[in-house]
Amino acid sequence: MATLPCSTDALIDAFGPHLNHEPPGGFAARTAPDRTVNTHCCFCGQQCGMTLAVKDERVVGVEPWEEFPFNRGKLCPKGIKRYLQNNHPDRLLRPLLRTGRGFAPISWDEALALVVERIRRLQARHGRDGVAVLSGASLTNEKAYLMGKFARVALGTRHIDYNGRLCMVAAGAANLQAFGIDRAANPWADIVATDLVMVLGSNVSECSPITTDYIWRARDRGARLVVVDPRLTPIARTADLYLPVRPGRDAALLNAILHTVIRLGGIDEDFVARHTTGFEAVRAAVADYPPEAVERLVGIPAARIVEAAERWVQAPRTMLLHARGIEHHTSGVGNVLACINLVLATGKIGKPGCGYATITGQGNGQGAREHGQRCNQLPGGRDIENPAHRAHVAAAWGVAEADLPGKGATAPEIVEMIHRREIRGLLSICFNPLVSLPDARFTQEALERLDFYVAIDFFLSETARHADLVLPGSLHEEDDGTVTSAEGRVIRIRKAVDPPGEARRDWEIVCALAHRLGHGARFDFRAPAEIFAELRALSRGGVVDYGGMTYERLERDMGVFWPCPTEDHPGTPRLFEGGRFHHADGRARFHPIAYRPPAEDVDEDYPVILTTGRVVSQFLSGSQTRRIGPLVAQQPEPTVEMHPRLAARLGIRDGDRVRVVSRRGTIELAAHVVATIRPDTVFIPYHWPGAQSANRLTIRAYDPVARIPEFKVAAVRIERVA
Amino acid sequence: MIEALYIDPNRCIGCRACEQACSECPGHGGHAMIHLDFLARAESVQTAPTVCMHCADPACASVCPADAIKVDAEGVVLSAMPERCIGCGNCALACPFGVPKIHPHRELMTKCDLCYDRTAAGQRPMCATVCPSGAIFYGTRAEVEDLRQAQPLDRFVFGAETVRTRNHLMVPPPTDALAVAPVLRAPRARAERLLEECLC
Repeated sequence: MATLPCSTDALIDAFGPHLNHEPPGGFAARTAPDRTVNTHCCFCGQQCGMTLAVKDERVVGVEPWEEFPFNRGKLCPKGIKRYLQNNHPDRLLRPLLRTGRGFAPISWDEALALVVERIRRLQARHGRDGVAVLSGASLTNEKAYLMGKFARVALGTRHIDYNGRLCMVAAGAANLQAFGIDRAANPWADIVATDLVMVLGSNVSECSPITTDYIWRARDRGARLVVVDPRLTPIARTADLYLPVRPGRDAALLNAILHTVIRLGGIDEDFVARHTTGFEAVRAAVADYPPEAVERLVGIPAARIVEAAERWVQAPRTMLLHARGIEHHTSGVGNVLACINLVLATGKIGKPGCGYATITGQGNGQGAREHGQRCNQLPGGRDIENPAHRAHVAAAWGVAEADLPGKGATAPEIVEMIHRREIRGLLSICFNPLVSLPDARFTQEALERLDFYVAIDFFLSETARHADLVLPGSLHEEDDGTVTSAEGRVIRIRKAVDPPGEARRDWEIVCALAHRLGHGARFDFRAPAEIFAELRALSRGGVVDYGGMTYERLERDMGVFWPCPTEDHPGTPRLFEGGRFHHADGRARFHPIAYRPPAEDVDEDYPVILTTGRVVSQFLSGSQTRRIGPLVAQQPEPTVEMHPRLAARLGIRDGDRVRVVSRRGTIELAAHVVATIRPDTVFIPYHWPGAQSANRLTIRAYDPVARIPEFKVAAVRIERVA
Repeated sequence: MIEALYIDPNRCIGCRACEQACSECPGHGGHAMIHLDFLARAESVQTAPTVCMHCADPACASVCPADAIKVDAEGVVLSAMPERCIGCGNCALACPFGVPKIHPHRELMTKCDLCYDRTAAGQRPMCATVCPSGAIFYGTRAEVEDLRQAQPLDRFVFGAETVRTRNHLMVPPPTDALAVAPVLRAPRARAERLLEECLC
């Protein structure tokens, strides 16, 4: 509601981000723990196993968990220092009500009553859809499921979506279209067994560090590595072939590679005939993309494009991996489909050491997109517009199918509807859109227009500063549950400690609200295991089938890959074996993809391409990692990375303050002049807020199908600050 | 078989997991005994971890006026004994790899002792356990030779002097010894040349 309740400085004084450097009492006081708890990292989609050390009911440190098979003890710096988010001075401990001068604590009873009263009043005046829910992909499967049910049953609003909209939706939509299922096709173990790894738009060294070990173990066996990225990332530096693609031209590059594969006779005609449909349209479409014709467009000499195709054809087994670099585009779904076309046309999927995966980014980026907190989805990966799916879920929830809301708006559209005053109330959890959505000024304007905003959070995020009411929820280590890793492996998150102060576990807060909204019987959960039992039963028969999973089994087997319909089913590490896909006819679908330029291309006024991404020491909007001292020390603030040729043209030297200007806004940063990026492109990491926010520059342009923002291309100009 | 660290800078991704994990080891008090360098960031993303190589004839120990640096039966060069170390810094000056650090306020040298607490209990050192890319490997020479194409190297030539180490550097074969000398510019990787070829 309205502007901030007090100055940003005053909010930072009270709620941080402050830096936590040491375990409780300091390193010197740390002695043998009372107990250790095997769980997983709270950050990225790799979901590395780790052990938390607990002393006096506080998390005091971390140990590698070497038995967990995915990462075998390996951890990145975020995982090693994540324990410092616990016992943090910024931790929210009581419900907070906005006052004229800031925030003041109130009781839970008052807080919950206020939420219900304000939501009811708004819905009475503006309809049920006048209130929206923004949720997140770092929540456990249990909480993600609960948020979808809460929005549709307790609030009765159609508008619930999540920050996976900024992450996985392009890959998800493309995988559903092509394969009829949205999950990595292969377990990561298949990377080790392959002959060629092709990585597109994925800075694996910083964004999914453990994956580098899989790639290197393949290379130890003799596998080759091809990397496509506008920046020469650490993994790209050692690649056998590196293609420095111009941002936003991935579909043209992929079409040119497939064009060359056809020219080389590399099509697996038998696989295409038996297991796919639609290849002739793709063959015709890529005929227009000879490497010689697109080399200037994609920014790579034709000979190198040909080399990529030759390496692809010659390798008996290949693994194609991609991430946000090709997905954060207005052509994000098309870029992914162009990758899938290459994989399908050469029959390189569904076999040991041979297949395809998108590298899921968020903590529960896989599971949180499966069970119904997405605007168009119901649990089990079901379609909210499919009458049979609706009837199945409505019956399980004990509501009339007609009362189940239909498809709602996506997260960026929800913010635009708030801006237009079509949505008046907001409940958010696990989402910091002021930092993570494009065009941050617009997001801020929208937040200022809300009539009522309640945020569930453990720290006061930049977005939650705008709330009328903040409810203190739980950190990852304060609750039980499950998540689903990038591999599609469902694993157990174990509680290490209880929430501190008056903070409550997120699901308890949501269930308490549902009770007060008159839906107590449908939210009568006493433990995460009960939510999982309901989720699991409801998923049965859906594409995303957890039917055979129990907590005990997930613990015993170190995770189970879905689909797993029955308790005697072994789970499904590798999809599509024998060329069986998940469409009704068992065939995969080709989709002809035409290159489309990015929404905002460079011109005379804004001549440089801005692309954004992550650094290894921070995670997403930084609400957690910007409070962890040793991680902040690795990179205290963002810089703008630029090639020395561009810098020389602009009279900029390394370390100079520069102004980066787009049509949306201006930020000032230090220049980082490095010869490891294309000279026509600059890079800014997006983890920081306010005057350092890369998303003050990015554009509100979206993929037409998935509505993923085009974070990877915006036009900017750069000026040296005198 | 002797277990040791095998360090492959080619695999290093510069993430600093080694430093962060080392700082968590008991007794390190939040300070890392391993450090990571960007070798020439303006030109390259190449990084390398540096940790005590545990020399066969350690210069740090031989120049120590207080006889504070001991070598154990396994050939592990231990951190300075606090009751003896006078913080003079001779060891830091003498070490060919730039490893020992002097705490000015504590008058004490500290460096890696190969995670004595962990290895004595059958665990691997923290840095090698967490390293996400396998740039830091702990095990026997036979194990690393079986797993990797790069070769272990334990002889470093500094001018007229050759230093033998317990820990190893992983290098492309065939190399018996590495002549350490300043270079104006490191040879460039193929990927770095391909970036120069990009069409703008």
